[in-house]
Amino acid sequence: MELVFGNHAAAKAAIDAGLRFYAGYPITPSSEIAEELSAELPKVGGVFIQMEDEIGSINACIGAAYADRVALTATSGPGFALMQEGLGLASMAELPVVIIDVMRGGPSTGLATLVGEGDLLMAIWGTHGDHPVIVVSPGNVKEFYIYTQKALVWAETHRIPAVVLADEVIGHSYQWVDEWPEPIKIPERTKERVLEIFENPDDYLPFATDEDGHVVPLPPIDAGIKWHMTGSAHDVDGFPTIMPEKVKRLIERLWQKVWDIRDELIDYEYLGDGDADILLMSFASMGMSAKQAYLELKEEGYKVALFRPRVLWPFPGDELADIVKKNGIKKIIIPELNAGQLMLLTKAFLADKGINVEYVGINHQYGEMISPDEIKEAVYNG
Amino acid sequence: MVKKPLPYTHTEEKWIRDRYLPHQWCPGCGIGMILKAVIDGMDDLGWEPENVAFISGIGCTGRSSGYVNAHTFHTIHGRAIPVATGIKLSHPELHVVAMLGDGDGIAIGGNHFIHAAKRNIGITAIIVDNSIYGMTGGQVSPTTPENMKSTTSIYGALEPPMDPISLALGAGATFVARAATWNPVHMRQIIKKALEHDGFAIVDVKSQCPTYFGRYNGISDPVELMNWYKEHTYIMKDPSDIREGKLPLGIFRDDKSKVELSKKYRQLFEHLRKEGENNG
Repeated sequence: MELVFGNHAAAKAAIDAGLRFYAGYPITPSSEIAEELSAELPKVGGVFIQMEDEIGSINACIGAAYADRVALTATSGPGFALMQEGLGLASMAELPVVIIDVMRGGPSTGLATLVGEGDLLMAIWGTHGDHPVIVVSPGNVKEFYIYTQKALVWAETHRIPAVVLADEVIGHSYQWVDEWPEPIKIPERTKERVLEIFENPDDYLPFATDEDGHVVPLPPIDAGIKWHMTGSAHDVDGFPTIMPEKVKRLIERLWQKVWDIRDELIDYEYLGDGDADILLMSFASMGMSAKQAYLELKEEGYKVALFRPRVLWPFPGDELADIVKKNGIKKIIIPELNAGQLMLLTKAFLADKGINVEYVGINHQYGEMISPDEIKEAVYNG
Repeated sequence: MVKKPLPYTHTEEKWIRDRYLPHQWCPGCGIGMILKAVIDGMDDLGWEPENVAFISGIGCTGRSSGYVNAHTFHTIHGRAIPVATGIKLSHPELHVVAMLGDGDGIAIGGNHFIHAAKRNIGITAIIVDNSIYGMTGGQVSPTTPENMKSTTSIYGALEPPMDPISLALGAGATFVARAATWNPVHMRQIIKKALEHDGFAIVDVKSQCPTYFGRYNGISDPVELMNWYKEHTYIMKDPSDIREGKLPLGIFRDDKSKVELSKKYRQLFEHLRKEGENNG
């Protein structure tokens, strides 16, 4: 057993996965990730750089992702807002960057030192245009390690930016970790993988797709293969185009990217006996509170279930719909530290499946967690 | 088969992606002269395209990277320098060149510009300084001289221009120079020295935009406009050679004593590796 500080778990995850580049700008409550990596990365020959702002940070990560491999930055709401432009470039150029957003109360400077979970929709739709992004959300310190690593590996494997939505409570909690999982490693870029698709290195096209329709891998920059990239709409060669059929093909493929790999990504915790009337649903640190409420309610004889998505984009709509149908859920209670962002997504995806249940939101937006008792109260009140 | 518009020199064959030509810049623009000076400089120094990362931002200058046969990236407005920073720190063996516009480099990217200078990161930043936002239709830029007109300063610019040279010197850049397209020989010499410099090098190149800057100010003929620049600039004898109302051209600082940033990182890694061995 080891007592671990949340933000340090994320830093450890990155080192164990083989991260070699971090660029960031200090912001509460994420700064301990930067502090830890500033000490640890140079020991393994990795670059830590504190940039002039969050715009510089994400763009330095994009440069490192272009030249080497997936790069990491960490921030909180105000900094994440500044990174949205860069997130769009990473989506469009299909370069792997991971942003850890340790959420705090907003809007604006808001509650700089206190918990909030109001960045969910910004994580999915924050930059302009229909773009692909993976959004994961750890619900405790150990999961912060696991999902930071998954985000890094998925980003590199699929050439897609990923967001890790933690929050102040997870980032700043000390929790016991029984044992660390076997680390998963960021895959290496190899010339061989590229030459499996392009016989002649001079024919390399950075935005071509393989026979499964997935974007081709990036070569190592020192393999003698040169390529062009742009944030503008482009053809498979990376050169800008405004030809409607080429732009259509690009944007539709980009938007479809996370859905094409959803089976690999979808991840959630579901607890229940299959006969529940009421489903408790939450994400980030509120998942801990919802889980405690679930355990106590079960003990008290209530027919409840728990659904805690750990990957929020692509949204696990199909899986959630199955759970609701199989149980015969009549009511979904969503405690969350915002005005109802997870609720909005849930309603949209379940309505799309023709599911009609009663929804109850419990919402705090003032820096205090929603206690298990407050969640239980909502169940008792019928 | 696509017919090449003109015979190519060996250098052009090597460094230009002719499949994307003709380029989309206006007739009379100075950018082609500047890009040629950069390419010739790289070639003169014996660089190979495989060892060069050529990064650009947005606007007319943003399009330059697509035409260059190297590792190229047409990034977003103002962000060429931080992207180039990530590339240089990840792969210090690469020669990293960033081609910027005046808006790109000094306005929206101003914060990145001064911090890259402060860090002494090994990037050669070439500012194609035409005192106008060309691609967006001729708006006033940070280097538009006072009282000059543009599509957003039709009564004349109220603000004085920013001086990229003072900015770079103040921020600690180790190579700082200004050139102008009207003297291509001098420009090529300076650009070559900037490429050769191991550290943050910046060349502010005064360049003509006949389409907007010229047209809005009654000098739409490219040759006349280059003559206008010639009248308003001079090749300085040394940095103390100051002439009222004119911009000096030449090298303001060439400091080889400072260690380039990615080298400092490698020194730190080596130090920590030895320390680890001694402790382990």
